[in-house]
Amino acid sequence: MKLVLSRAGCLLAAAAIVTASLFSPSMAAAKKLNVITATTDLASLAQEVGGDKINVESMAKGYQDPHFVEAKPSFLLKLRQADLLVVVGLQLEIGWLPPLITQSGNSRIQVGANGYLDASQFAEILEIPQGSITRAMGDVHPLGNPHYWLDPDNGRRVAKGIAGKLGEMDPEDMAYFQQRFQDFDRRLSEADKKWQADMKPFHGRKVITYHNSAPNFAHHFGLNVVGFVEPRPGIPPTPSHTLEVINMMKRDHVKVIMVEPYFDRKTPDSIARETGGTVVEYLPSVGGVKEVTTYFQLFDYDIALLMKAFQANP
Amino acid sequence: MKLFTSVCVVTLFTAGLACAQQGTTVSSGQDTAALEQKVRDLEDRLVALEGQMRVLKAQAGQMPAPIATLTEAASEAPAPAESVAAASAPVILGGAGGSAAKALNPDISMIGDFVAFAGGNSIRPSPSLEMHESELGVQAIIDPYARGDFFLTFGETGVAVEEGYITFTALPGSLVARVGKMRSAFGKVNTMHNHVLPWVDRPLVSQNLAGGEDGIDDAGVSVERIIPFPKSIFLSATGQLFRGDSGTGDQLVFQSHRRGDVSTVAHLRGYRDLNESTNIDLGFSYARGHNELGTNFITSLYGVDATVRWKPLRRAIYHSFVGRSEFIWSQRQQAPFEQRAFGMYASGEYQFHRRWFVGGRYDWSDRPRDANLTDKGGSAILTYWPSEFSQIRGQYRFTDYAGDHKTNELLMQVLFSLGAHGAHPF
Repeated sequence: MKLVLSRAGCLLAAAAIVTASLFSPSMAAAKKLNVITATTDLASLAQEVGGDKINVESMAKGYQDPHFVEAKPSFLLKLRQADLLVVVGLQLEIGWLPPLITQSGNSRIQVGANGYLDASQFAEILEIPQGSITRAMGDVHPLGNPHYWLDPDNGRRVAKGIAGKLGEMDPEDMAYFQQRFQDFDRRLSEADKKWQADMKPFHGRKVITYHNSAPNFAHHFGLNVVGFVEPRPGIPPTPSHTLEVINMMKRDHVKVIMVEPYFDRKTPDSIARETGGTVVEYLPSVGGVKEVTTYFQLFDYDIALLMKAFQANP
Repeated sequence: MKLFTSVCVVTLFTAGLACAQQGTTVSSGQDTAALEQKVRDLEDRLVALEGQMRVLKAQAGQMPAPIATLTEAASEAPAPAESVAAASAPVILGGAGGSAAKALNPDISMIGDFVAFAGGNSIRPSPSLEMHESELGVQAIIDPYARGDFFLTFGETGVAVEEGYITFTALPGSLVARVGKMRSAFGKVNTMHNHVLPWVDRPLVSQNLAGGEDGIDDAGVSVERIIPFPKSIFLSATGQLFRGDSGTGDQLVFQSHRRGDVSTVAHLRGYRDLNESTNIDLGFSYARGHNELGTNFITSLYGVDATVRWKPLRRAIYHSFVGRSEFIWSQRQQAPFEQRAFGMYASGEYQFHRRWFVGGRYDWSDRPRDANLTDKGGSAILTYWPSEFSQIRGQYRFTDYAGDHKTNELLMQVLFSLGAHGAHPF
């Protein structure tokens, strides 16, 4: 009995010593706020307003499906040092983020703590389901469509929200963050004018997307998303649905199929062949291709692609 | 809330009116730009207010439903399913709808695990058709300092608390502590629930040396901490203290005869990303407790586990590979001699299509009570995922039990998940 207890005691003591000896190197770099975001778009927005007063890093890569990120322990190394965690919310990260937050051992970023920021609260959310929903509809998001960052207006609102949060956490630099936001807002408005002008000739054009990840983009730039390659969210294409999509596209003269880079091109390509349309591998996130490293470049890239596709299919 | 909305609308309307009036009097581009800015600001404020409203609705779970919901609900029949949409913070409402007043209810999920066996097996017999397990998961954040997780498993006849624990997430020193009943941190398979295994059954080494299906699963305390280590290596240490009861029948590992007969489990885990698609996970485990022969008879287990994962990020939903192996050494004090048994498994699972996985496993394990007896086996597995929420799996299993008992079996499993979207295990 004594032996047992003493062994158990030893174990606990060892754990305690390890703990004590390794205490708090995280407190050292107090000046710069460590910001971890779920996606690259949020990282880009945080960088715009945070400037050199923050270190920011995204967990998901831009070319990765943000629904299906793996909860790798290497993310824990980042999360345990984080002062602020910014998430997309609306259950986009429900399949991977909650256990990471729990295991991080970082009380600052727990859900509801001061360092946990759900960016969806700042954004205009579309497609909040009305009426009852079931999984017969596929992997629906009961809180609304989480792909809201693809609307520059929402980008501005989220950036403003992040700037406010940063100012709250680092009051000394509050003016700095606000000034950076003002600057970002001005540049974004200018860029948006150009994007709007570029897209104006194509207002009301009908498009198909693979997953339902572009309603906010379509809303902002006046596109009309009339169908999806997926029969239901998260369900891979089926022959019968593909046939329906082909028939619908032929009937309504829909020529452009927008596909996220993390989906298989086989079905969209065959639809394009059947209908004489064009597949546009648009980017839903910053970092989807190497050259696109900022929120501005994301829209530059997507709009250039779409313009080309629309011009090719008048 | 209605008042609130109408104030917003009125504000916007007034602003719009003001814009229109001014628009007729001034025509210079600068002023138009200023007005546009103003309208945009107002729009932003409205969106911000809507966002706050969503947050408030989600937080104010206990408060009466907002007026808008009530009036609509009054015109409809009882359950206003509409309000599933109303709560829009990370709160999951059950599939059957509900109201914002239920927003603080825990996330509830139910996982069914149906198993069928064909072929003969006299050593470890199983029924032909069986609703093997129905697992009820109830999970919620308890308060700003902790979360709670319950997993109750219903067999066809009885109920057990597979796990039920509180996790303290806001402890100083980056410690994460758990108190309750839990699957211990001994190796990999021991920590996994049935429905996340890549096989229908558990490896022979788990059956023989580590407590079978329930594994080392006991009531106690667990403390875990990430240990800072250079070169982007993730290292974490876990120490656990349990009452000392795990396993039953011939799969019994630990038994407590008096209060002092506690068992301990220690686990050290190292993880490293080799590149963005490939990573390696190593673990060392130790468990010690008293066996059924009495307080003076100790069983010690030593374990090593290794996992290699590959998942190309751009095609993450289509292709992946997981290779895994565990080695366990058991040292069991009994009369007349201490028994030293060894067992292992090695397995691989490859996802070759969005919905299809193929896998194999090799098994080898001594028996803990007579280490001269060795069981060996192998399995081939094919899994189909209709969606994220259901799986159908077939497994061919060959086992060569000690004493030349050879068996060939076909196992079939259907897994289905209801309710809250749980996180995928890693």
